Amino acid sequence: MNFFKTIYHSAVLENPTFVLLLGMCPTLGTTSSAINGMSMGLATTGVLICSNAAISGIKNLVPDKVRIPVYIVVIATFVTLLQMLLQAYAPALNDSLGIFIPLIVVNCILLGRAEAFASRHNVASSVADGIGSGLGFTVARTLLGACRELLGSGSIASLSIYPESWGALLFILAPGAFIMLGFLIAIYRYLQAKSTKKHSA
Amino acid sequence: MAGVLTITTMIAGFLLGYVYRSTAEARDKASSDKLVGAISQVVSGFDNDPVSSKTTVTAGSSQITIYPATHDGRLIGCAAESSSDNGFSGKITIVAGFDPDGNILGYEVTSHAETPGLGAKMNDWFRGTGSRSVIGRNPSSRPLKVSKDGGEVDGITAATISSRAFLEALNIASEGAMTYFRQSTENK
Repeated sequence: MNFFKTIYHSAVLENPTFVLLLGMCPTLGTTSSAINGMSMGLATTGVLICSNAAISGIKNLVPDKVRIPVYIVVIATFVTLLQMLLQAYAPALNDSLGIFIPLIVVNCILLGRAEAFASRHNVASSVADGIGSGLGFTVARTLLGACRELLGSGSIASLSIYPESWGALLFILAPGAFIMLGFLIAIYRYLQAKSTKKHSA
Repeated sequence: MAGVLTITTMIAGFLLGYVYRSTAEARDKASSDKLVGAISQVVSGFDNDPVSSKTTVTAGSSQITIYPATHDGRLIGCAAESSSDNGFSGKITIVAGFDPDGNILGYEVTSHAETPGLGAKMNDWFRGTGSRSVIGRNPSSRPLKVSKDGGEVDGITAATISSRAFLEALNIASEGAMTYFRQSTENK
């Protein structure tokens, strides 16, 4: 598989949020606004690319029995590095992401892609998969965040569309995240089914 | 097997230690910049260095850090750093500025873990218009309360717990600031 095909495959056909349903906790928890959704997505993408590359690079050196602890150490290291760098050079971003940065460690997408992809492919494809999965995750989260923000507080990316008091608070809270995610997955699946039909016809 | 695991954790440890040490200075600077930024947001017109002349006072059961603001050696107010542990998800730390009469000049929420889109709005909400605003109010005569508890400040919609905790921190800050003002006039 070439580089761009892998990106497309990981971002669209195996979209972590809409198809694989991985990493649901941060997806539901940190998408109350479009900006929150996007910045957390980009942070995860950064870690995912690094961890995929590193894990793919060391895959032949790691015995099967200890591979999961080794992957976790690699992922946790990158997340901690990211947090220290953000604290030092982008304190405002670090404040707005808060507790969710350390929680990237337990995001299933990272371990999932390490196990399902990076441990079986070469470094270049693994980086492509990291970019693809990360972007797929980021776009899905931004979309979910934008829909919730629009319905809940009447704005998109803090730009006011209609008065905040008309918004349905439900969409800012957790139940709204589940409802919105359900609708988005349904739409995604519908479009996907339609495009496969067109291809086979 | 154990060897691979040991080597991996060792490399990770060295890497983390190295980056921790090489970013320590930048991280300290970022957090002190934030404090200085917050202080100049909440009290203005001072010509001293409030951070180097900071002092602590006891207000109720807590220790409050006071950053005095002077102009030409005359006390024009102070910034008080206080916190409340009763937030919706833990601790809320604020820096609030007071003039020598105890009126609130401004505030800045420096750390919190409140729900994004709800409690997290407190950094803007309480500067808003009408009865949302705490600016210019004087908690030393009567502690601030949200309107739900019979007070005069409109809390954040659907985030009453966060609003209560915020006002609690603000009231403690006010107590600290008044204690400091009393002490500094007694010393004269």
